[in-house]
Amino acid sequence: MDEDRIAQVIAQLARTILADGVLRWAVENPLALVGIKSRGELLAQRLASEIERQQGAAKIDVGALDITMYRDDLSSARAIMIPRGTDMDFRLDGRPVILVDDVLQSGRSVRAALDAVLDFGRPRIIRLAILVDRGLREFPIAADYVGLKVDAADREQKIVVHLKPTDDEDGVYLT
Amino acid sequence: MTEIENQKSKIENLAPRTWTRKHLLGLEDLSAEEILAVLDTARTLTEVSRRSIKKVPALRGKVCVNLFFEDSTRTKTSFSLAAQRLSADVLDFSVSTSSVSKGETLRDTARNIEAMGVDAIIIRHKSSGAPHLLARPGGVNCSVINAGDGSHEHPTQGLLDLFTIREHRHLKTEASGLKPFSALHVAIVGDIANSRVARSNIHGLAKLGAKITLVGPATLATVDVVNMLRIQFERLTSAAFPSVREYSRFFGLTKTRLAAAKKDLLILHPGPMNRGLEITSDVADSANSAILQQVANGLAVRMAVLYLCVGRP
Repeated sequence: MDEDRIAQVIAQLARTILADGVLRWAVENPLALVGIKSRGELLAQRLASEIERQQGAAKIDVGALDITMYRDDLSSARAIMIPRGTDMDFRLDGRPVILVDDVLQSGRSVRAALDAVLDFGRPRIIRLAILVDRGLREFPIAADYVGLKVDAADREQKIVVHLKPTDDEDGVYLT
Repeated sequence: MTEIENQKSKIENLAPRTWTRKHLLGLEDLSAEEILAVLDTARTLTEVSRRSIKKVPALRGKVCVNLFFEDSTRTKTSFSLAAQRLSADVLDFSVSTSSVSKGETLRDTARNIEAMGVDAIIIRHKSSGAPHLLARPGGVNCSVINAGDGSHEHPTQGLLDLFTIREHRHLKTEASGLKPFSALHVAIVGDIANSRVARSNIHGLAKLGAKITLVGPATLATVDVVNMLRIQFERLTSAAFPSVREYSRFFGLTKTRLAAAKKDLLILHPGPMNRGLEITSDVADSANSAILQQVANGLAVRMAVLYLCVGRP
């Protein structure tokens, strides 16, 4: 998947979100996007500007969630990860919130992200937007908005997402 | 620098790094990169204390023990709160009422505590090297965190001083890597020989490349940061320290001396303060003072240290 294709997929995700009626509560409690660090943060920013463009409306709050402290494999890792930090300078209470991540696989990151988000308040509703759903779920978690579904049953194959400016280019690869 | 480049360099600074140490014994053992890893972690953890739910589950199910052989309110409270914000359980092992007063050795005391299923021992001891003794083979297998050993080191105080300097508004703009400390001149004023705070500061600042001056109010004119050590009445030795009054006259930080210093001089003090002795009240409460910020930062730094050292099995 190249840069143009990724832009198309993000535009399609934005259309689906706007059509879904998740913004029904947006009058008093505007929509917020929360990206799971690090690629999810970049994706959330792009998705927000795409929704703003299509809707021609006000700026959407975008937060970035660091789930390091909430991971369930924290104590089996051989080395400890240095956390990247959560950036959430707005309140989530009563608002529709869309969690955004690049790849959905086991569902463990999303489980951790749900716990982390709830420590910042009580959203009215939480949905999940994913760029690539590659199956192989280990938890009972499903995405509400999926950019691309990959049926790679082979566990050895990895989905790698590159996004600017963290990476040199935009691209999704199956390796 | 364009916005995209700016964003990029920000992300590169946050590139995933890892930590492999189990103990924190002193800043002498840490590399500059490791010190910056703790400071970066502490920065991300300051946000936890501002939430409605001031807790993260990182150390759920872990047990930390405060083993303090010397009095301390601030450090012990700060460590307890730090462990609790990471969801660890904390117990205080009160030395005066324990079997230590019945003649048990330090190693036996620590190994008995560990046998109850403890993941970290936070120790303060009047003897230099006590935490190192526990961390060595034949000591304990759990994490050992030095909360001050004799006149040797007080690493979390050193780290919180570095953190306060790094995060302070005057220095914040350039404080994102190794370089900014090298542009700094820090004075440490006080009874250096007896001060574990001074020793940890010296190791940390030197590794990060800062210029350090020890003692001497006459040098204040050129320094950016001054760390005023507490007069330690409990450690005074007659020869080196003729009288408190004399010390105060020659080395105390007063309004007059502050007036001769750089306008944005950052004043640190590890606490508890002897107001009117090493520092006058008006100076301690002035806009230049970051003394209360240090206490708040200490919590974030201790959370970072506990998370990094105790997070693993």
